[in-house]
Amino acid sequence: MSVTWQTLVDAVGLGAIYALMAVGIGLVFGVLRLVNFAYGQLIMAGAFALAVASERGWPVWAGILLCFGVVIALSLVMEWVVFRPLRTERPAVMLVATFAVAFLMQSVALLWFGALGKTAASLAYLNLPIAIGHVDIRKITIVAIAVAALCLLALVLLLGRTNVGLHMRAAAMDFRTARSLGVRANRVITAAVLVSGALAAVVAVMLTVQNPLVNSDFALRDTIIVLAGVVVGGMSKLSSATLGGFAIGFVSGFLGGALPTNQSQYLPSFLFGLVILVLLIRPGGLFTRGRGQAERV
Amino acid sequence: MRERAVWQLLGPALLVALAAALGTAVSSAIQVYFINALVAIAMVGAIYVFVGNSGVLSFGHISFVAIGAWTAGVLSVPPDEKSGIMPNLFPFLLHASVGNLPSLLLAAAAGGVFALIVGLPLMRLSGLAASIATFGVLEITHNLLYFYDRIGPGSSAFSSVPETTGLLQAALGALAVVGVAFLYQHSRFGRMLRATREDPAAAQAVGVSVYRQRLLAFALSGALAGFAGALFIHLLPLTIQDMYLPLTLLTLAMLVVGGSASLWGAVIGALAVSGLDSLLAVAEGGMAIGGWQFVLPSGTRIVVVSAVMALVLIVRPSGLTGGREFSLGSRSSRKSNGSGEKRPGSRGH
Repeated sequence: MSVTWQTLVDAVGLGAIYALMAVGIGLVFGVLRLVNFAYGQLIMAGAFALAVASERGWPVWAGILLCFGVVIALSLVMEWVVFRPLRTERPAVMLVATFAVAFLMQSVALLWFGALGKTAASLAYLNLPIAIGHVDIRKITIVAIAVAALCLLALVLLLGRTNVGLHMRAAAMDFRTARSLGVRANRVITAAVLVSGALAAVVAVMLTVQNPLVNSDFALRDTIIVLAGVVVGGMSKLSSATLGGFAIGFVSGFLGGALPTNQSQYLPSFLFGLVILVLLIRPGGLFTRGRGQAERV
Repeated sequence: MRERAVWQLLGPALLVALAAALGTAVSSAIQVYFINALVAIAMVGAIYVFVGNSGVLSFGHISFVAIGAWTAGVLSVPPDEKSGIMPNLFPFLLHASVGNLPSLLLAAAAGGVFALIVGLPLMRLSGLAASIATFGVLEITHNLLYFYDRIGPGSSAFSSVPETTGLLQAALGALAVVGVAFLYQHSRFGRMLRATREDPAAAQAVGVSVYRQRLLAFALSGALAGFAGALFIHLLPLTIQDMYLPLTLLTLAMLVVGGSASLWGAVIGALAVSGLDSLLAVAEGGMAIGGWQFVLPSGTRIVVVSAVMALVLIVRPSGLTGGREFSLGSRSSRKSNGSGEKRPGSRGH
C-alpha cells in the first residue's frame, strides 16, 4: 500500500460528493420512510442534460441551468407518480418500486441516447491538476469539497432557521404528530423532494467533470455504494446518514487509490464486505447513539 | 383442509405442465422461450421460498443462482476442453467431471451451503439493513466470479457446457422447485416463518425464533436457487453479467407482479412476465401482426418490464393474485393469508 497525500485528498473529494448524495437520499427518507433507489438515475438524467448542452455548444451556465431544470422536474414527477401512491406501503414495497423505476429510467436513457452515450466536456478544464506543495490536486476535488461544504451549510440553515425546515425535521421525527400539529404533508414532502433533486443536480455537475463520458448506467454504481453507506451510517438521522455517505466515499476512494491494481479489482468485495461487517456490529447505524430502530424485530 | 392444500400444489404444477405441453407444440425457435419461462419458474420459486414466506426482501438470490451455475458449469465442461476455456482453473477442478444430474444436485448443495454461510450473520439483520446487506452479497459474488478465474471462466462466457436443459429437464426442474416450495410452506417450519412474517412479536411470544426460521428458509431457498442456476447454465452459454442486476430486476418483477406472498403468485408472475418478455424479444427481432410489420428498438424489453413492475406495485402492491393460493371452490376458502393487507403500523398520511 502506498498512501500519498493525493490519495487522501481524492478520497475526501469522493467522500464529499457521496455525502451530498447521502443527504439527498436521507432527506426523502426522513419524510417518506422511502429509500429512493432511483436517485442515481436522477443524477444520470442531469448528466445527460449537461452532455446535450455541451454538444450543442451552449454556454456552461445554460447547461447547468438545464441540468437543474431536468433533474428537479423529474424528481417532482417521480414524487407525484410513484412516491405519492406508495406512501402508505411497507418499506420493502417502496424499495422494490424505486428499483423498478431506476431500471425504467436507465433503459429509457439507453434507448434514447444509445449504448455509446454522450460526452459532457464543457467543464473538463476543472479536471486538470494544480500543484500545491508537492501534491497535484485536481481542481474538481477542491471544487467538490467547497461545494459540498456550502450545500451542507445551506441545508443546515434551511433545516434550522426556516419554517419549512422546521416542518421537515418535525415530519422526519413523527409524521403523524407533525401533521396533527398543522404541518402540511404534501408541502413538506414536496419541499424535501425539491431539495433532494437540487442536490442530485449538483452531484450530476460534479460527477460529469470527473467522468465526462455519460452512459445510461452513469451514477448507478455510486448510488448503490451510497445507499449502503447511508444504511451503515444510520438512517434514523440525517446527520448520521450524511456521515455514512462521506465515510463510504472516503473508504472507497482511499482503497481505490491505495490498493495495487491486481487487488483494486476486488474493491467492491472489500467495500461490501466491510459494509456487512459494520451492519452486523451496529445494525442501527455506525453514527447513531444507542441501539437504532433496526433492532426492533 | 387437506384437499385444499393439495390444490395449492396441483394448481401451480398443472400450470407448469401446461406450459411444457404448449412448448412441445411450437417450433424450436419459439420453444426456447418456453424453456426460459420454465427455468424462470424455478428461479422465482426458489426466491419465493425465502422472500414470500419471510416477507424480507432479498436482492442477493441471483448470487446463489450464479454460484449454482458456476458449480454445475465447471463440473460438467468436458475435461479436454477445460484448459482452453478456463486456463487458470485450480488443478483439482481441471480433471473433475460429473454427469448432468450430479451437476444439478451439486449445484443445489453449493447454493445451499453458500446461502447458509452467508445467512448465519445476515439473518440477524432485519428491514432495510437486511435488504442492503443482501445487495452486498450480490455485489461481492459478482465481483469475485468476474475477476477470480481460478474457479471459472471469469469475465468470458461459459461455453461448452452440455446443453441438457431441454423442455423436459426445465419442466421437471420447475416442478421439483414448486414441489419443494410447497412441502416447505406446509411444514411446521414454513408455518412458523409465515407467522413471523405476519406478526414478528406474536410469533416470538409463542416461542418461534425469527433468526432460526429465516436462516433455514434462506439456506433452502439458496439451494433451490443454485439448482435453478444449474438448469440455466445447461440451457445456454452464459457470462456472469447474465446473472447480475438485470436478472435480479427480472426475477423480483416476476415475484411482485404475481404476488410475493403465495406460491401460486410466484408461478403466475414468472409465466406472465416471462411471456411478456419473450413477446417483446420476438418483437425486437421484427414481427407482423395483421399484415402490419414492425420492429421494436432493442432495449424495449427492459423498459416495458420495469414499467409493468412499477405499475403493478403502484396499483396493486400485493400482486395479481393478491397473495392468495390457488384453490377451487368457494371464495371464503381463499383467505389463506392477509399479507395483501397493509400493515397495521403503516403510516397513513
